[in-house]
Amino acid sequence: MAAGRRPREAETTYREALREALREALRSDDRVFLMGEDVGRYGGCFGVSLGLLEEFGPERVRDTPLSESAFVGAGIGAALAGLRPIVEIMTVNFSLLALDQILNNAATLLHMSGGQLPVPLVIRMTTGAGRQLAAQHSHSLEGWYAHIPGIRVVAPATIDDARTMLAPALTDPDPVLIFEHGSLYNASGELDASAPPVGLDHAAVRRPGTDVSLIAYGGSLPKALDAADELATDGISAEVLDLRTLRPLDDAAIASSVARTHRAVVIDEAWRSGSLAAEVSARIAEDSFYELDAPVERVCSAEVPIPYARRLEEAALPQTADVVAAAHRAVG
Amino acid sequence: MTVARGSRKTPSASKPARKTASGSRNATSVVGVDQANARHRAALLEAMLRIRRFEERCVELYSAAKIRGFVHLYIGEEAVAVGVSEALTPEDGVVSTYREHGHALARGIPAEAVMAEMYGKATGCSGGRGGSMHLFDASRRFYGGNAIVAGGIPLAAGLALADHMRARPHVTCCFFGDGAFAEGEFHETANLAALWGLPLLLVCENNLYAMGTALERHEAQTDLAMRAASYGMVAWAVDGMDVEAVESAARRAAGAIRAGAGPHFLELRTYRFRAHSMYDPDRYRDKAEVERWKARDPITRLTDRMREEGRLGERELARLEKQVAEEVDRAVEAAEQAPEEPVQDLLRHVTSAPPEGD
Ligand SMILES: Cc1ncc(C[n+]2csc(CCOP(=O)(O)OP(=O)(O)O)c2C)c(N)n1
Ligand SMILES: [Mg+2]
Repeated sequence: MAAGRRPREAETTYREALREALREALRSDDRVFLMGEDVGRYGGCFGVSLGLLEEFGPERVRDTPLSESAFVGAGIGAALAGLRPIVEIMTVNFSLLALDQILNNAATLLHMSGGQLPVPLVIRMTTGAGRQLAAQHSHSLEGWYAHIPGIRVVAPATIDDARTMLAPALTDPDPVLIFEHGSLYNASGELDASAPPVGLDHAAVRRPGTDVSLIAYGGSLPKALDAADELATDGISAEVLDLRTLRPLDDAAIASSVARTHRAVVIDEAWRSGSLAAEVSARIAEDSFYELDAPVERVCSAEVPIPYARRLEEAALPQTADVVAAAHRAVG
Repeated sequence: MTVARGSRKTPSASKPARKTASGSRNATSVVGVDQANARHRAALLEAMLRIRRFEERCVELYSAAKIRGFVHLYIGEEAVAVGVSEALTPEDGVVSTYREHGHALARGIPAEAVMAEMYGKATGCSGGRGGSMHLFDASRRFYGGNAIVAGGIPLAAGLALADHMRARPHVTCCFFGDGAFAEGEFHETANLAALWGLPLLLVCENNLYAMGTALERHEAQTDLAMRAASYGMVAWAVDGMDVEAVESAARRAAGAIRAGAGPHFLELRTYRFRAHSMYDPDRYRDKAEVERWKARDPITRLTDRMREEGRLGERELARLEKQVAEEVDRAVEAAEQAPEEPVQDLLRHVTSAPPEGD
């Protein structure tokens, strides 16, 4: 692994970690190519693929027209025909123009063909709110995608996961959707290059604790960790569980965390109704009912299209203080 | 209703229009025509200056963090919004994009209401909930900035369908970019509108880039007017840097649409002088190219023409500049003072019924 030669203390950003993972994938497998709007000349709308066009050329770092349905569909076709496409959709908001291809083709072809046609496709996209981009640019729809059998949905929330989740996504024989929260790109930290690969199957305890489980993913993970810090000063020991993979959920990790703490707060930037938080809560009710000392708490976005004005947007989104308050309610 | 055959003639600004809304002007005396023309040109100039100065102030305010989110500037493209808006009546509908400050101001939405929206204030034209990309004004039939590329095009067809079914003599004008031309929604709507003969004016602002992707890197056939004509509607390519050429073409198209000739398509060749948005480092285009287009600045072009004809004194220009500057100052001042929407009202306007406890 190229990154294995990097000094252990290397400070890197989430964006650079994603880029490094793309670079490694393009270098190590000539079936891999990247395509999407402005991934080449522009360098990616969030700068993730900057420099890759120069390194790999326009065949393998392919700019597409504004045609989400067409290029996602083309990715599915290329995957069927033996390539390993990485399709970038600028943001989850625009993935709705390709939803038909993802749901009606990518997720169903294997099953409809009686197992003949696996679709080894990776789709990356940005998700989430928090930058005053208003309703049409602030959706968190990964929970919708996690509803769909036939695809895997992952949400790297750390620098290490940004660096390491792409490779197993590419070896997965089925479609994998990678959700990158827009607030994470500039996050920086040390990349633990010597850490063993962690794969896509398991949730991760980011901070152990004994009093309450804060269950989060993606852009909500930093808020959960901040809340845990704050709770610690109040004498409450919070465990923070990062789901990492939203489909299939790591039921065992959720159950064992709740078995340790007996209380759960689920944090999800999507709307509460019909959310991934609802699914996690239901599973806790199904699997861990007798472990619970308090009702499961949920911290989600207000049921409103995300407004532009700063104060309104802040009020609409889950904030650290909301997580702290929910944990206090759970602990009693 | 018959659908007009595709035609790609570029109507010239000087050629007298056959069936235009401005045709009545030809009836007055020569002196009267000259004076009316001079006044009209001054109005076009003022409208373009308003957009330019408004947006220049937006840049400053963005740097000062008064305005946030995505802001897409229209600087360089003013002739399109101003020229096309001239051809519309207050009863016509307008559907816009996220690059819509120009469309909104040209439609007559007061600068104060637009600026307050950029500030996210309660007095903004969308109550602070939309911001730069989502300006709305139902009273002016301005159906908003849409931030999903091509997202407004089918909606515009629906507005036109309603007018068509009710036999109302209105035009729906839909602005969108060259990038939007690649989306299925454009092509599906173009076919539908031509098939049903809808009173729809499709205004493609071809500024040669979809974000960082140049036209010839996103379209296999870059003659957009020709492709639009293939759907069976009249389509013209027009110099989008010449406000009078834009106005003349738009008047002809709107007149024909009102007369029942079905949808028309205008490809307006223009250019954005600034980056795609405030986040764009603008690495993908040649500085010399930008300079070449700046030499065709629609505001300079009109002022030069007016000067050459002795129709614009320096004093008159200074007066216009001052008037516009004061208007922008007042808009900023009002936005600064305006109240914020209270956080308790967060859940308002999600459904038509007021939220519980309201
Ligand atoms: C469906 C969709 N895909 C991608 C984007 C991101 N995006 C915003 S503007 C833009 C370029 C659009 O170009 P064009 O239609 O030419 O309009 P212009 O910005 O040049 O006025 C892109 C790719 C989006 N907003 N919506
Ligand atoms: Mg464009």
